[in-house]
Amino acid sequence: MSQQTIDFTLNGVPTRVSVPVQMSALEMIRNVAGLTGTKYGCGEGECGACTILLDGVSLNSCLLFAVECDGRAVTTIEGLAADPVGLRIEKAFVDAGAVQCGFCTPGMVMQAKQLLEQNPHPSREEIQRGIEGNLCRCTGYVKIVDAIEAASKE
Amino acid sequence: MPEAIQKDTLIGKRITKLDAPEKAGGKTRYIQDLDVQGQLYGKILRSSRVHAKIKSIDTSAAKALSGVHAVITAADVPYQRPIGVAKDHFPLKTDRVRSLRDEIAAVAAESEAIAEAALKLIRVEYEDLPVLADPNESLKPGAPLIHPEPHGATAKHDHLKQAQGIAYAGKPDNIAMVFDYAQGDVAAGERESDVVFEDTFHLHYVTHCCMGVSGIIAEFDSSGNLLMYSNTQVPFLHKREFAEILAMDPARIRIIQPPIGGGFGSKLDIYPFEPITVFLARATGRPVKLIFTREEEFLASPTRQPVILTLRSGCKKDGTLTFRTVSTLHDNGAYTSWGATTPFVMMQTISSLYRVPHCLYHTKAVYTNNPYAGSFRGYGNLQATFAVEQHMDMMAEAIGMDPLAFRLKNAQDPGEVTPQGMHFKSCGLKECLTTAAEASGFLAKAGANRANRDKPGRFKHGIGIASMLHVGGGAKIYPSDGCGTILKMDDFGSVTLITGASEIGQGSETVLAQLVCEELGLPLSAVRVINNDTEITPWDVGVHASRTTFIAGNSAIGAAKKARGKILAAAGKMADLNPDELDLRGGHIVEAKSGKVVMTLAKLLRQLHFSDKAELVMTSFYYEPPSKHQDKHFKGDVSAAYAWATQVVEVEVDTDTGIVRLLKVTGAHDVGRVLNRLGIEGQIEGGIVMGQGYALTEELLVENGVVRNPGFRDYKLVTAPEIPEMDVRFIETMDGEGPQGAKGVGEAPAICIAAATANAIENATGVRIMALPFTPEKVYRALKAKGQHH
Repeated sequence: MSQQTIDFTLNGVPTRVSVPVQMSALEMIRNVAGLTGTKYGCGEGECGACTILLDGVSLNSCLLFAVECDGRAVTTIEGLAADPVGLRIEKAFVDAGAVQCGFCTPGMVMQAKQLLEQNPHPSREEIQRGIEGNLCRCTGYVKIVDAIEAASKE
Repeated sequence: MPEAIQKDTLIGKRITKLDAPEKAGGKTRYIQDLDVQGQLYGKILRSSRVHAKIKSIDTSAAKALSGVHAVITAADVPYQRPIGVAKDHFPLKTDRVRSLRDEIAAVAAESEAIAEAALKLIRVEYEDLPVLADPNESLKPGAPLIHPEPHGATAKHDHLKQAQGIAYAGKPDNIAMVFDYAQGDVAAGERESDVVFEDTFHLHYVTHCCMGVSGIIAEFDSSGNLLMYSNTQVPFLHKREFAEILAMDPARIRIIQPPIGGGFGSKLDIYPFEPITVFLARATGRPVKLIFTREEEFLASPTRQPVILTLRSGCKKDGTLTFRTVSTLHDNGAYTSWGATTPFVMMQTISSLYRVPHCLYHTKAVYTNNPYAGSFRGYGNLQATFAVEQHMDMMAEAIGMDPLAFRLKNAQDPGEVTPQGMHFKSCGLKECLTTAAEASGFLAKAGANRANRDKPGRFKHGIGIASMLHVGGGAKIYPSDGCGTILKMDDFGSVTLITGASEIGQGSETVLAQLVCEELGLPLSAVRVINNDTEITPWDVGVHASRTTFIAGNSAIGAAKKARGKILAAAGKMADLNPDELDLRGGHIVEAKSGKVVMTLAKLLRQLHFSDKAELVMTSFYYEPPSKHQDKHFKGDVSAAYAWATQVVEVEVDTDTGIVRLLKVTGAHDVGRVLNRLGIEGQIEGGIVMGQGYALTEELLVENGVVRNPGFRDYKLVTAPEIPEMDVRFIETMDGEGPQGAKGVGEAPAICIAAATANAIENATGVRIMALPFTPEKVYRALKAKGQHH
């Protein structure tokens, strides 16, 4: 298997890893970098559990090759601990009761971060549209929308 | 130290989940996120045929691959014993495969990639057998048998099993299970009826779609003790069952449950991948981790059981129900899991949701070569309610009564003991009906929609109502419905609550902590909950049947009350006050009347530990209160309390495309009492949307035993923009046996949505559809058929 060395920043930390060329960014983040907050939900870009930010833009890391991170800035859920908007969203998820089993939550929080960066004061409909690529089986989404709305109003 | 503290309560407040900060920050380690030093990776080779004899398996090339530690087939584990409710299912298949998910071989290797590569090197020779994909076909005389009497190699295994006391004898026909229930005389009921309907309802395949896929890590220590990191919902019962399957001493099995990425009933049974992973750990002497892919999750997890249900029911002109006759055919799939036992719940809805004097109920669960059915939130009740509540509307219309009045006339009251023997000590059904109807403007809207439906216009609005009855105080499906608690208080005024109850995301650990805080006057931050290790936690029969808040809650309260008594007695002695006049508030001992602070709890505890015989470890067990267990005719009282709900659904039907949009759900739920408002709202909202998926979007498409849509691209879960507006009301009937008056609620909210949606579509269009899901194609065709009749 062909390996490639890539340099990028992972949550602000300069990082160099050698990865097989066919490895997904999701596998690299979880299995090479050892950050498990980013979840595998489907591996085909349908559920959003693996949402990360690449140069500030949210995407499904399962559909991204690890080598495509070369020279770019990757932010995962762990990286939001250093981000005031991220922390505000996380707290809003807790306070609104938006977390049940929690498996979709990191992806939802990442998507919410993207949404609020683009549109700091979204309507509820805009929030619902904004997270339509993220599946949740527990909550029925109501409290997730509540949380993002609350975070946008702080 | 404050001078005085007034009485406060946590009950009914919006309490955030204890585990939410970890989860929101991505720090929670689910089974997928755990690694054990030295672990190997397991993968399973599944059948590529739906029904076939296994002629030969060649694993030599896979074994020769670098990095492969073990390749096993049934021949390598002659000691394996059958799993499942009917013990009809070997983890690794012996001489035949009966469905496309069937496990033929398994690999343990140094990476997932190597394990996958090894699977591709295994050669299997099959001899195809006729496929039974329709339960009606399975019942025909001369139909091929799915579980014929074993012979040859299996017979040898069978001999071994019989010697060990577990028979795998095969089946003389394709009937997995039969259920019969009778009360009264349905023929007499029918003679009294002015209106009789008979219809057949078709309920489809859906699956749980837990966001966290299935997985397990198994390892043996040097003494042969087995440790499993498992997502099971029933750790204690599974210890015993695993021991049986693996031919080992149950006391040597320890189960640790990492946080679980969704349960919904899917983790109530043992599935082949679990013992197989243990076999691999045994074969390699290394820890083995096995995690499903999403595709595997769709193919090899249980489903909600598809049911063909024929319902005949009648009533008198005055609206009195007279009888119900029900015959159901359950597609069991190739093996028997809990799905086959759902008639046990279905018949409760048939006999006891409303007052019906005469009932006759019959179910056959039939083997096919389809995916097999497990337990899924609601446990048969979605299917039964779908049929019963449509007939309620049809009968109401036939006698010219409004559907609300008709239901109220037949609704149960508190104190009722039904002919089946269920005792409704608390019952808010009538209040649920009137509350949901009034809050939604049901009668006025139903009338307006009906008047509008034959007018021109592409979009039609409809409103529909349905109610449900479900166990809400545990379920006596085992000889006992117990749960234990250990509560320890060390010297910092904090509490460790060790409970047998499992957290699966529903918020049980938070509500249990809350109940303890209520007794001990502590803030929630003072409680740690330990709930995931069978070596530490006390015995429990698992998280199922909406039982945890009720059973584990009562158990936790029992331990907390003991602690409270001990603390107040000690404080009274120390401060020379009457313990009866003391209270615990805000981490302090106070005088109950004035709230005047006597001392801090932390200080008292420290003193107690340094004095002798403090023994601040309380234990308590809660077993359901004595009542009549169901007998072999299914008569008896199955739960200590029953939950009720009415949901009103409003839809918009696009008559050009058949697209049905759910606009609003108004729910009124008899929950006994609201303990954690935030948590219970979340349960109900999530249940409503799960019900919406069942009604409108979700269907596991199975054609000739082949699952056609094993992925989220084609299996459509409801997404955020599609959810309805929700108005949820709580009816607090303060159940006498419930913890602080509460009843179980976990399953209830998913149960009536499909039935109410069917009634709403009929209200909008005049077309009644008796098969799920209401996809655009199905609705369009039904509308078109009606148009052609005009």
